[in-house]
Amino acid sequence: MTDSPYEHHAYDVLIIGAGGAGLRAAIEAQQRGLKVGIITKSLLGKAHTVMAEGGMAAAMGNVYPEDNWMVHFRDTMRGGKYLNNNRMAELHAKESPDRVWELEQWGALFDRTTEGKILQRDFGGHRYARLAHVGDRTGLELIRTLQQKVVSMNPDVFMECKVLKLVHDDGGRIAGCVAYWRANGEFVTFEAKTVIIATGGVGKSWKITSNSWEGTGDGHAMALWAGAKLIDMECIQFHPTGMVWPLSVRGLLVTESVRGDGGVLRNAEGKRFMFNYVPEMFRAETADTEEEGDKWYDDHSAGRRPPELLPRDEVARAINSEVKAGRGSPHGGVFLDIASRRTPEFIRRRLPSMYHQFMELAGVDITRESMEIGPTCHYIMGGVQVIADTAATAVPGLFAAGEAAGGMHGANRLGGNSLSDLVVFGRRAGLGAAEYIEAGDFATSFDLEEAEAAVKEALEPFERAEGENPYTVQHDLQEMMQELVGIIRTGPELEEAMGKLDEFTERVKHIAVKGGRAYNPGWNLTTDLPAMLTVCRSTALAASLRKESRGGHTREDYPNPDPEFAKFNFALSSDGGNWDSPISAAESPLLPMPDELKALLEEAH
Amino acid sequence: MADVTMRIWRGDSTGGDFESYTIVQNEGEVVLDVIHRIQATEAPDLACRWNCKAGKCGSCSAEINGKPRLMCMTRMDQLPDGPVTVTPMKAFPVIRDLVTDVSFNFEMAKRVPALLPPPMPEGGYRMFQQDVERGQEFRKCIECFMCQDVCHVIRDHEENKVHYAGPRFFIRYAELEMHPLDTNDRRELIKEEMGLGYCNITKCCTEVCPEHIHITDNAIIPLKERVVDADYDPVAWLGRKIRRRPKKTAAEASVQPAP
Repeated sequence: MTDSPYEHHAYDVLIIGAGGAGLRAAIEAQQRGLKVGIITKSLLGKAHTVMAEGGMAAAMGNVYPEDNWMVHFRDTMRGGKYLNNNRMAELHAKESPDRVWELEQWGALFDRTTEGKILQRDFGGHRYARLAHVGDRTGLELIRTLQQKVVSMNPDVFMECKVLKLVHDDGGRIAGCVAYWRANGEFVTFEAKTVIIATGGVGKSWKITSNSWEGTGDGHAMALWAGAKLIDMECIQFHPTGMVWPLSVRGLLVTESVRGDGGVLRNAEGKRFMFNYVPEMFRAETADTEEEGDKWYDDHSAGRRPPELLPRDEVARAINSEVKAGRGSPHGGVFLDIASRRTPEFIRRRLPSMYHQFMELAGVDITRESMEIGPTCHYIMGGVQVIADTAATAVPGLFAAGEAAGGMHGANRLGGNSLSDLVVFGRRAGLGAAEYIEAGDFATSFDLEEAEAAVKEALEPFERAEGENPYTVQHDLQEMMQELVGIIRTGPELEEAMGKLDEFTERVKHIAVKGGRAYNPGWNLTTDLPAMLTVCRSTALAASLRKESRGGHTREDYPNPDPEFAKFNFALSSDGGNWDSPISAAESPLLPMPDELKALLEEAH
Repeated sequence: MADVTMRIWRGDSTGGDFESYTIVQNEGEVVLDVIHRIQATEAPDLACRWNCKAGKCGSCSAEINGKPRLMCMTRMDQLPDGPVTVTPMKAFPVIRDLVTDVSFNFEMAKRVPALLPPPMPEGGYRMFQQDVERGQEFRKCIECFMCQDVCHVIRDHEENKVHYAGPRFFIRYAELEMHPLDTNDRRELIKEEMGLGYCNITKCCTEVCPEHIHITDNAIIPLKERVVDADYDPVAWLGRKIRRRPKKTAAEASVQPAP
């Protein structure tokens, strides 16, 4: 074992992140008899997965027997505006039912149909009711089930441990990482044959966000620095419905289930404005009138779906336009109304945590009044470029799954496809890592110098007597990204953003941290900022290059999709491997689609 | 709005004291907002745990004016006028400021024998809503550990932590015992090693639960009845003898085969 000057551990499979993807990967690797270590920035069971509310999409056909993986595949590709890795979308659609049933074997208790099967609910962009769920707290059920399964297998879990950088061997393979304990600020090195990145998203770099402090893109950034490629970084999902008032909860998620269960969007005039925003691509499958849409909830063959259930990118843009046109609500959102459409008993039973959230935080009774909502930064479709079947990245020994991986969702993710993505590709990452180890060509050394350089850099802010407050830098970064790299973008604004990001890079280098190393949130934030900057620069760069509008990337100066841009992803790489190194972009052609999958997309609906 | 004075306990395992911060209070704010503002301005090293800021993850538990509360769900305007006191949870060792070492709970979680279901039939298990609802109530638990904090068996008696699981784990055991698919039997374990008998149903846990789980009435009392029944009830004894599928003992069940 390496002679590290720090606390040192060795594993076959080292998993960074303990949300749905990381925990599912751990189970798979553990079942293969491998020695598994899991590192999380927070406590076990607190990952952002708990914030998922509505459900996990899986074509089990429990409510609509005509549903199957082929329809789910088609919905996912259309929702992603065809930018998806089609193999990932295929595997996801085929495997998600098994992943749901498996959770049940591990103790999950989903809501039931009258025949005792797992109940499935409607969501935007899904042709049939497809989301397995537990009221509006499905993410909690998923993470608790996986957590309890993992604990029963007893791998090592390193809680409140923040990874700074990945470490290579002398052959360029992944050999582990360097981290520190938040509790006491001591450093620790991990030597590993494989590392799985399962660190979730990046949303904390925007001002109005549903993401927690953890969503700083650590895994995205570390993988890029280590030599992997990031794709689709311009594709950011702004969830249409976040709370807008009071200001202290601005951005907090309001589940899409409100609309899936009958809620509608209205502007200040009380009009259901979504009927004015149906794009050509979805015209044929969307209701023309309120009457038709209302029939659909009870029987999907009696009418077409209401436009409130278009994919999230469409709904978020429509809300944005209504507010800009002066038809918004008093606090700059629009109204989400379920009170006039469903009974109080139904609302409290189906949406208990939304009822609770509005009652306690906003003083609004959603069984009697409309909610005020607006778009909130929620999810990044982009991520580490991986091989679909194995979750392998371009760096030998490095794997990525969940929100940190790119490709599965293309330019826009459908609601409900995230929880299923976590378990489908979390499992595949565990398998991929096991196969890589079996093949025998894994790291044979551990570059201590890489680890020591990261430690030195992490300690520099303590040495500066004078410098910027990290909270001020983060706050200014969030304001800037919201304003210049938000839901609607323009070329000049993106250029301006890139210039500002260079200034932020300099500011991060001049942060001074007060206090000691033990549980010091100011220092913890300072060590998150390099990853945030890398992610923001990646997003701004890719957004400036994609001169079209597609899914979670909308350009005011190029308002339409351009078929030429539908042929490739922008793949980013780091020239230097440090957080402040230049980032370059190349066109990475989409995976060719097999004819049998093409045929599914062309089928009439 | 008027300024508010926050009295926050600052220190570590070697000791500490209250520090006061006077800060502006904005409309609709919760305690966590104010703590964050103090961090961003006066005290960047003020330690507190938080994640979702929506009452869903159970990270930001602390004692506000002496009562265990989630900082993210406690509105400033609903607290009485005057200074607001924030202290770390008392039942757990302090790491720093408002952050405590809750590893006791994670150790207890390791001792729970896993669910042991029968093989899954083609097309999934059949369970009915009324049967899953009992367990669903307990699975709402966000593991804020405030029930553990307020339970006097733990709060006032550090020595009990080795043989007393506490309310959070009693609802976990109740959930498993009531799970429609479970074939494990944990009653002996719950009585002998998890210390269910120490609970004298004062309902302090139920009162602080942010998820409004009826911990005492729906979990602990039924669990006590089951455990007692297992020992003394002749009908239950006979029932055990003639069961078609014998339940495994806790020891046998502690190693769960991969399904």
